[in-house]
This record gives sequence, structure tokens and C-alpha cells, in this order.
Amino acid sequence: MAVGGVRDSGLVPNAAAKSELNLRPAGTIQVPDNTILTTIDAVVNWCRKYSLWPMPFATACCGIELMAVGASRFDIARFGAEVMRFSPRQCDLMIVAGRVVMKMMPVLQRIWLQMPEPKWCISMGACASSGGIFDTYAVVQGVDRFLPVDVYIPGCPPRPEQILRALMDLQEKIQKDGSLFGTGLPGLDGRERLLEEKRKLPPGSATAAERGDEDRFGYRLPGGPAKLSVEETR
Amino acid sequence: MSPAQATTPTERREAVLDELYRILGEGVFSTSRFRDNLRLHVPVSRLFELLATLQKPCGFDLLAELGATDYLGYPGRTRSRFEVHYVLRRLETAEKVIVKVGVDDPDPVVPSVVPLWPGANWMEREVFDMFGIRFENHPDLRRILMPEEFVAFPLRKDYPLRGRGERHNFPRLTRGES
Repeated sequence: MAVGGVRDSGLVPNAAAKSELNLRPAGTIQVPDNTILTTIDAVVNWCRKYSLWPMPFATACCGIELMAVGASRFDIARFGAEVMRFSPRQCDLMIVAGRVVMKMMPVLQRIWLQMPEPKWCISMGACASSGGIFDTYAVVQGVDRFLPVDVYIPGCPPRPEQILRALMDLQEKIQKDGSLFGTGLPGLDGRERLLEEKRKLPPGSATAAERGDEDRFGYRLPGGPAKLSVEETR
Repeated sequence: MSPAQATTPTERREAVLDELYRILGEGVFSTSRFRDNLRLHVPVSRLFELLATLQKPCGFDLLAELGATDYLGYPGRTRSRFEVHYVLRRLETAEKVIVKVGVDDPDPVVPSVVPLWPGANWMEREVFDMFGIRFENHPDLRRILMPEEFVAFPLRKDYPLRGRGERHNFPRLTRGES
């Protein structure tokens, strides 16, 4: 019988079995030596996180620090992200280093759209993250208003170690959160959907579309100053 | 005394003024001084004539700077709101003379000096971009720094420092869309 054939194969020593029904006990699968079992997502994420190709969008002094990270003293090659490419088609990590003015923002968005999936974005320095000291008519107050950002780096400009730390954080996120065919990070996706829904509500009842203090300086929001949600003021 | 004979800076300045009075006559411009700066204040109607005279007979052949100022709300200001200034230099003697012309709202217009100094092209475009002062007969009066679709003039004093929301007038890209 077929069942008996299995029983006698030697893989499952079950000499005491008298029944026709063969129940294989769990935990006895034998794996050949030098073999690792894992999910394909984990392998793909592991490959991706150690071969990030940055797109250096360097517009100001943060770009100098970015160059220092690429040079031998700090050496971003230790983390597998040394292949700076100046064509967005070949990159999967956008590093926005420096202030972005309103004339540059459409260019930045176009470059972001030109990058192939999956792609990630690091907002480097105070200016890229919040406008920094340049609170004027021409400077965008944080690129995250118009781009999805995965990791923010504080500092003016940040130390090279901070950039390496941000890269390691991003690697952690990719390993934890990425998927084979996924675009970007699902965790961030959910937060973005939440923010989008909140923005559709009338002003005053949801997350502010603008920073709350802007109306103090003659800049009026349409619909009056918004009340900040708990999440936004935290 | 002719400009060739003048030796000290003061003498040279006086010589320049003498020559200007000789060519243009009295009453075209008024002068003021600050330290070693000689400033000529001229109405818009005589501006081009004065600059052309300074360039050719007087030898001020370099237009070093062309800019404007908005004096809106300036303490003690009684003259026009805007002032366009031209800093001219004579390369032979390194002399400097400043020509100032006042223009006013609602439609500040100044004749273009591109026919005299082709290099004034982009300077005038910048003044137009920042202050909205039009330069008549300019060959290509477009914005130079701000984007084409920008409508305000940001260096005017009645324009708020943080703008009127132009800096945030962009579509928002999300993960789902990009």
C-alpha cells in the first residue's frame, strides 16, 4: 500500500504503528545542511536595504555634508548606499538635502515621479524638513507637504553620522515593512491615507493644512486659522 | 577746469558737474552728496538724456549697478514711492556717480537703458520682477527670478514676507499616486 510505503521509507521511524492511518508527528522535517528557510519578502527586503541607490537632490549646504558621507572618512559604502546616481531612473532613495524654493518644487516632484518603484525619501536638514530659517515667500516649508517622506534628519546641517543613522533607520524600516511587489512602506501609506481623509474635512475640524502659527505674520489661511489636532501638536 | 586737468577726487567731481551743466544746461538735475558719493536726482523725462551724456562725453562707460528701492512707509519720506538708481563708473579714473530717478504708483515706468548698456537687460528684468517697475522699450521684459506664473512683486513693502500662499500652491504627491 502507498501508506505503508511512506511508513517504511525511513524518514519517519514509526515502527510501533499498527494502524493503516499514518500520522506524521510534527517537528521532524529534516532540512539539508547549509540551507535557510525564510520568506521571499524577507530576502528581497534584505537585498534592497543593502543596495540603496541614492539620488542626491542637494540644493544647499546639506549637500556638502552629503558629499562628506560619500567620502572615505564616513564612507556610506559601508552601508551599501554609495552608488549616487544623477539620473532618477537609476535611483531608489531620494535624499532632499537643502532648502527647496517654490520654483524648484515642480522639478523635485517630477524627479520623484521619474524614480522607479520601490522608492524612499529622506528629508535631510532643517530646511528640507520645515523650511528652517528661510520662512519667506519663496521657500517651501517642508518638502513633506508635497512628497512622501520616510525619514527626517534634524540639524543645520546634520552631522554625517546623523545621515548614516537615518540610513540605518530606513534600512530597518525596509526590512520590517517592505514587501516583494510593494511600493514604499505600507506603514507610511496608512498614515498618508489618514492625513488625506482629514484634509477633506472643513477647516477647523481636522489636521491643519498649514502650520498653525502662520496667520500671526499676515499670512491668512483660507477659512481662518485651523485648530491643530492632538496628533499635530504632539 | 576740464576733466583731463583735474587731479583730486573733489576736483574731478566738480569737473564732471561742470561738463554736465555745460551740455545739458541748468535745472535738469539736482545733486546731493553722502561722503564721497555724488548723487544726481533727475526726473523721469530727462533720465535717458542724462545717462547718455554721462556715458559718452563724460566717459562713465560702465553701468556697475542698477537697482530700485521701495520707500513705502519710510520715515520722513515726501518724494515718490519708488526710486531707481544707476551706479556709473568711469574706468579710467575709477570715479563713481549715482543717478537716482523717482517713480510713483500706480504705474511706475522708466525708460530702458539697454540701448546704452546692453548689460542692463537682466538688471532691468530683475527690478521689474521684484518691484513691478516697467522699463519702456526693453527688448524682453519678462520675469527673471520668480516663476512665470507668479503675479505679485515680492520686494514691494506692501507684500507680506511670507507671501500670499504661493509657496504652497502645489499638488500633493502621495505614495498611492506616485
